[in-house]
Amino acid sequence: MISARYAGDRLLSSLGLLVMLLALAALSVLIYDVLHDGLGRISWAFLTSEPSRRAEAAGIYTAIVGSVYVIGLTALIAVPLGVGAAIHLEEYGVRGRLSRIIEINIANLAGVPSIIYGLLGLGLFVRALRMGPSVIAGASTLALLALPVVIISTREALRAVPKSLREGSYALGATKWQTIWYQVLPAAFPGILTGIILALSRAIGETAPLVTIGALTYVPFLPRDIWSPFTVLPIQIFAWVSRPQVAFAQNAAAGIIVLLVLLLAMNAVAIVLRDRFQKRLS
Amino acid sequence: MTLRPRALLESAIEWALFFCAAGSILVTAGIVAVLVFETIAFLREVSIVEFLFGTVWTPLFSEKRFGVLPLVSGTVLTSLIAMAVALPAGLLTAIYLSEYAVAGLRRIVRPVLEILAGIPTVVYGYFALQFVTPLLQGFVPGLAGFNALGPGIVMGIMILPLVSSLSEDALHSVPNGLREGAYALGSTRMQTSLRVVVPAAFSGISAAAILAVSRAIGETMIVAIAAGQQPRLTLDPRVPVETMTAYIVQVSLGDTPAGTIEYRTIFAVGMLLFVSTFALNLVSTWLRNRFREEYA
Repeated sequence: MISARYAGDRLLSSLGLLVMLLALAALSVLIYDVLHDGLGRISWAFLTSEPSRRAEAAGIYTAIVGSVYVIGLTALIAVPLGVGAAIHLEEYGVRGRLSRIIEINIANLAGVPSIIYGLLGLGLFVRALRMGPSVIAGASTLALLALPVVIISTREALRAVPKSLREGSYALGATKWQTIWYQVLPAAFPGILTGIILALSRAIGETAPLVTIGALTYVPFLPRDIWSPFTVLPIQIFAWVSRPQVAFAQNAAAGIIVLLVLLLAMNAVAIVLRDRFQKRLS
Repeated sequence: MTLRPRALLESAIEWALFFCAAGSILVTAGIVAVLVFETIAFLREVSIVEFLFGTVWTPLFSEKRFGVLPLVSGTVLTSLIAMAVALPAGLLTAIYLSEYAVAGLRRIVRPVLEILAGIPTVVYGYFALQFVTPLLQGFVPGLAGFNALGPGIVMGIMILPLVSSLSEDALHSVPNGLREGAYALGSTRMQTSLRVVVPAAFSGISAAAILAVSRAIGETMIVAIAAGQQPRLTLDPRVPVETMTAYIVQVSLGDTPAGTIEYRTIFAVGMLLFVSTFALNLVSTWLRNRFREEYA
């Protein structure tokens, strides 16, 4: 009788464990599949060649440089704006109607599909501001996309700074901004940096918004300045996936490996920073 | 008198920071303005009845028809498949992690699941097209190379971590007193989980599910790569379909000049996408807040 009563219990827990293991298995299979298809194509020549209509000669050089350009510029736009907005909401935060509206708005922006940001970039930056499908238009679009993430994670980092630090600073006669600049920001710095890296690592994998603003899929030259047309690594991968030949699928897999390694490196940095941050505060 | 410039600087900084924060409202305003502007221009040429209820979508052909329903059905179909994977799997994972697993396992599994959520969607698209679809073709008769099933399942795997981590948070915040009460009445762990904890966390779990639906209908690259690009009014998961998002990508890849009706279709479709995800997100936030109030 007892065992019958607990049969359901065992069933539920084994089902839960099974599903969880299946999800982890899916992750392993995905990584195995990509490595299996693409590892053979990874070489120095692949990393340093320009794209080509012949799959064997094609490389990701212009795509990598394009990604670095776009993400660098994205950071330049999104970080000051996002951190500034977070400081205002967290430190000055007049608990008025306006702050409340801004907060709800940021939460909603975080849930807007990325392709909608692409349409915004197309209508606003590419057409209305006449930037064309350039590096600056792409970076501005991605910056708007990354903004809510930067704001939300910066606010969390600021909230983790103990109140006593601020009070001590005020007690010594520091002004509000002096307290923020000399005490709060340095204490929150690793946390803020972690959030920024995570936001940028999401932006670097984005394809849809950049395709929408008209980023090219075949770019055999490096961007000269911020007004140049460009491509990025995910778009190059997308262009290769869309072709029926097996050789291009292998190129796509190789490109994916490079992209995943890049993301892994960025996330590793973020995790190390978070660990150091948590140790210091506790 | 030396205080004056200091105070001036302080308020200048405060204003600058305020404009950063207020800028986020401009982003929303920009999205709405761009979408509304182009959609109105679109609706001047196409009646809203034809757009919303028409069953043929051929804006890129010479004989143009602007019924969006085939794109909607493609979106609904792939999202349904994704939810059929993500909801039960995510909920079971959450119940297991919150009610059964030891704390150590939780700490390991959560970050690993978060990796799943951090993989770029173009990678999932590759996986759906090159691995999952060929695998499924082995035992689903008549499955085309481009279909709704493969990308739908992969999309489900992608949003599983979202469902599981939000549901787990909801289950976790159910007060222990409820569990102890159930045990005291002689319930097993399963009875406690399914009849007490899950119902108590219901609004939190629904919030997670609705957010997942919103994520699924906004997801672009997986379906653009693996579902094909043929708008088709069908609920057959084996044939190529096109979602709203995939259509926007398809047009963007071509050379459509601004100001043409083809160009405006992507904003009209984007408007529909924006309104539906926005409504779902609002409902999800509302449910989550209600849930928080219950146990605050």
